[in-house]
Amino acid sequence: MTAVDDRPATPAEAPRRRGNPLLALLRNSWRQLTSMRTALVLLFLLAVAAIPGSVLPQRGVNPEDVRDFYTANPDLAPVLDRIGAFDAFSSVWFSAIYLLLFTSLIGCITPRLRDHVRALRARPPAVPKRLARLPQHAVVPAPEGGAAAVAEALRRRRWRVAVRGDEVSAEKGYLKETGNLIFHTSMVLVLVGVALGSWYGWQGNRLLVAGPDGVFCNTRQQYAEVKLGPRVGDDLPRFCMQLNEFDARFLPNGQASSFNAKVTVDEDGGPPRPAEFSVNSPLRLDGANVHLLGHGYAPVIRYTDRFGRSQTSAVPFLTTGDIGLTGEGLAAFPDANVDPETGERNQDLQMAFSGLYLPTAPQEPPFVRSEHPTEQNPLLELIAYRGNLGLDAGIPGSIYQLDQRQLRNGRLTEIGVKQLRIGESWTLDDGTTVEFRGTERYIVLAVRHDPGMMLLLVSSIGLVLGLMGSLFVRRRRVFVRLLPAGPGDPDSGSPTGGSSLVEVAGLPRTEHPGFAAEFAQLVAVIGGGGRPDVADTDQGAPARSREGAE
Amino acid sequence: MSALSDQLVSIATLVYLLAMISHAVEYALGNSRARAVAAPSRELVGAAVGGAAASGTVADARDAAGDVATAGALAAGGTVGGAESGAGAPGRAERTAWRAELGGRIAVGLTAVAAALHLAALVTRGLAADRMPWGNMYEFVLTVSFIGVAAWLTVLVKWPFLRRLGLFLTLVMVLLVATAELVLYTPIVPLVPALNSYWFIVHVSTIVFASGLFLLGAVPAAAYLMRAGYEDGKRSFPYTLAKRLPAAAGLERLTFVLHAFSFPIFTFAVIAGAIWAEAAWGRPWGWDPKETWAFISWVVYAGYLHARATPSVKRNVTAWLAIFGFLTVMMNLFGVNIFFEGLHSYGGL
Ligand code: HEM
Repeated sequence: MTAVDDRPATPAEAPRRRGNPLLALLRNSWRQLTSMRTALVLLFLLAVAAIPGSVLPQRGVNPEDVRDFYTANPDLAPVLDRIGAFDAFSSVWFSAIYLLLFTSLIGCITPRLRDHVRALRARPPAVPKRLARLPQHAVVPAPEGGAAAVAEALRRRRWRVAVRGDEVSAEKGYLKETGNLIFHTSMVLVLVGVALGSWYGWQGNRLLVAGPDGVFCNTRQQYAEVKLGPRVGDDLPRFCMQLNEFDARFLPNGQASSFNAKVTVDEDGGPPRPAEFSVNSPLRLDGANVHLLGHGYAPVIRYTDRFGRSQTSAVPFLTTGDIGLTGEGLAAFPDANVDPETGERNQDLQMAFSGLYLPTAPQEPPFVRSEHPTEQNPLLELIAYRGNLGLDAGIPGSIYQLDQRQLRNGRLTEIGVKQLRIGESWTLDDGTTVEFRGTERYIVLAVRHDPGMMLLLVSSIGLVLGLMGSLFVRRRRVFVRLLPAGPGDPDSGSPTGGSSLVEVAGLPRTEHPGFAAEFAQLVAVIGGGGRPDVADTDQGAPARSREGAE
Repeated sequence: MSALSDQLVSIATLVYLLAMISHAVEYALGNSRARAVAAPSRELVGAAVGGAAASGTVADARDAAGDVATAGALAAGGTVGGAESGAGAPGRAERTAWRAELGGRIAVGLTAVAAALHLAALVTRGLAADRMPWGNMYEFVLTVSFIGVAAWLTVLVKWPFLRRLGLFLTLVMVLLVATAELVLYTPIVPLVPALNSYWFIVHVSTIVFASGLFLLGAVPAAAYLMRAGYEDGKRSFPYTLAKRLPAAAGLERLTFVLHAFSFPIFTFAVIAGAIWAEAAWGRPWGWDPKETWAFISWVVYAGYLHARATPSVKRNVTAWLAIFGFLTVMMNLFGVNIFFEGLHSYGGL
């Protein structure tokens, strides 16, 4: 039904001499691969292959879910993992399908690109012999000025025109194929953009606690999680950032209504400057974008050891996912109880406090879940542990989980549980104290650099524009032949004579329901000597225009 | 305002139901004129248009339905008509036909009324929430279905002979709106900050629009499959329903027109979503379940367009692809929010 021919990229490449059978096989496979049918099958396969990635947990989306899946299905999970089911979109099978599809795509558009350039440069084809056989056909009085006038009228309507003697051929709608090629080429560019991003891009995640102690500088070591593309060197763009204030607003029901992070940044030697960012408006620095992904509270905990030395740490308590921002965390003091005189470290006197922080604790126990994300009734519940933490030394509060082995083998013991309000302190059995001094806000940052982004954007625009050209433009041809004057006297031709007739025919090369109407109008223009006001007087052959007035 | 919106939704559902019943009445009574549409139009056109051009376009069917009151109807009556209005007197048949026509017109009127109520429900909901009414699944489904019905009414103005498809459309509308109301209902809350962005508005409005058109496009695709089977002489259950549908070729074309129109919009919508995701989450694409299913829909619809441009692929296959594509859209709308958990699970379900 379409006037489109099934276009295997190489049109009927007749098998020439009996060549190398291997070459013949290759050529055949290539032809198969670049056929429209193959593209169709591959597209379908691609859609099917994307399903497991949405059904099974994915490491790239949520690594914890994958861990949970492993726990729930200890037998199945390793098998699935081996076939890449948890990284479905970078798995061998998924990649194979899209790489084949894109090979097919390139193999498909290259010859079409060549053909199209040729078509753009060629003149519209000669007028066929029997115009009456075309879907649209009409005979009307010839305009003054003959072929030249017809050509001019068509050109004014942005047809591409070729005049050959008394015959005029015109074609319109090349933009369809142009659009189609732009669309398919953009697909390739999208893939290139993605590849650029994954080779040369990097990303890191970390928490940033408000205040001067929380300053972070952009180096690999400072990220909790960092992913570097294979072509990224060790040097990340240099900048440092301090969170001054985090403003979060909430509705009475606890739903967030707005966030705003106020920071001070200094980029590569520049003077520190204030900046702000929020959930939908990242901070765009030179060579990196900083995105706000989450937020929470970091209780400030001070521990005073048996030598009277105090250490304070603001430990980000990770939110547990409820709307009230209940947080869970661990404050570890591995350097506690070091004798200041001898500098001797007693491994068995290291301290850790795990706890639960409720910004708005309920009035009655149990105190397990905060009722609102703002701090209306802050309560910190701490469990104290003493013993060997299983790490030699470190920054206070830098670990998020207790080493369970140490608990099991008795080298670390629980000494008690206590609920603290801001300002309260708790004296432990050995006379040391822990004090809850208040909280700081912290935010979760994703810092990213993706050099493919610009290309992605440009090619996406190409994608949409090309698609529109491809789907909305119609390719069609019109042929005009000036007939010799006087129907009874075919040989006495004065082509430019006022009484002569002109035969007009039209051929939509793609489905085009409005073509009959357009054709009728053209006929009117031609027949009316360029005046469109006689549009309705001659409809050409009415029976034929049935093909589709809109 | 919020309560008003809820009431409007309930009333709209009822009116859709009434429209559906009227369509069913029209269906049951039959319509002697429309019965003529199918077979002859194809042949007329086939004869009129030489080999190259399309045979049996939407316009054909309309023309045929309009002009071919007598001769064509008789010719067609041989295959289709006759039997079902009973062997009664011509007067009775005429009256039945007239009643069917009336039923159809009432159905369309009711659909329009329901659509107006539906729109009013959306507007009041938006006013009550002080934002665009597409912050959660309830609002989302309501908006998508409204786009579907609005597009349907537009199509009807252009091609009134398609009216009989209204039975399917109103059925889908009743199902969607009732599901929204009974299962997905969420009280009004403002958008969470992540959704508060221009790109989000652009993204969601275009996704909603494209989904509405895909919804509408699935109707003639399904009708085509039934009608094509009927025209091939199949007389078993689902095909018999197609007895009074417009010509298969016209339905097929309509399917294509709707999909060709909505595919670029959908493409744009997905891109807008990627731009928004880049700003909100720092990555344009992360294979979150919602994104994955949008990708699947996109690929399936690209497959549909390809298949349709490939002459060696049967039109039945392309119609199935369109339906399959619509199922993936539905999967994204309902299934993903219900079965999977991802960044998009703000759905409020
Ligand atoms: C990455 C995979 C591809 C996607 C997403 C894709 C998508 C599309 C879409 C959406 C259309 C419809 C626009 C139109 O009708 O002009 C289209 C048309 C077309 N595609 Fe592709 N395509 C892909 C690969 C290919 C391949 C591998 C070939 C070559 C075999 C191909 C050949 C064509 C042709 C010839 C048309 C024009 C059909 C017509 O004239 O209506 N495409 N493609």
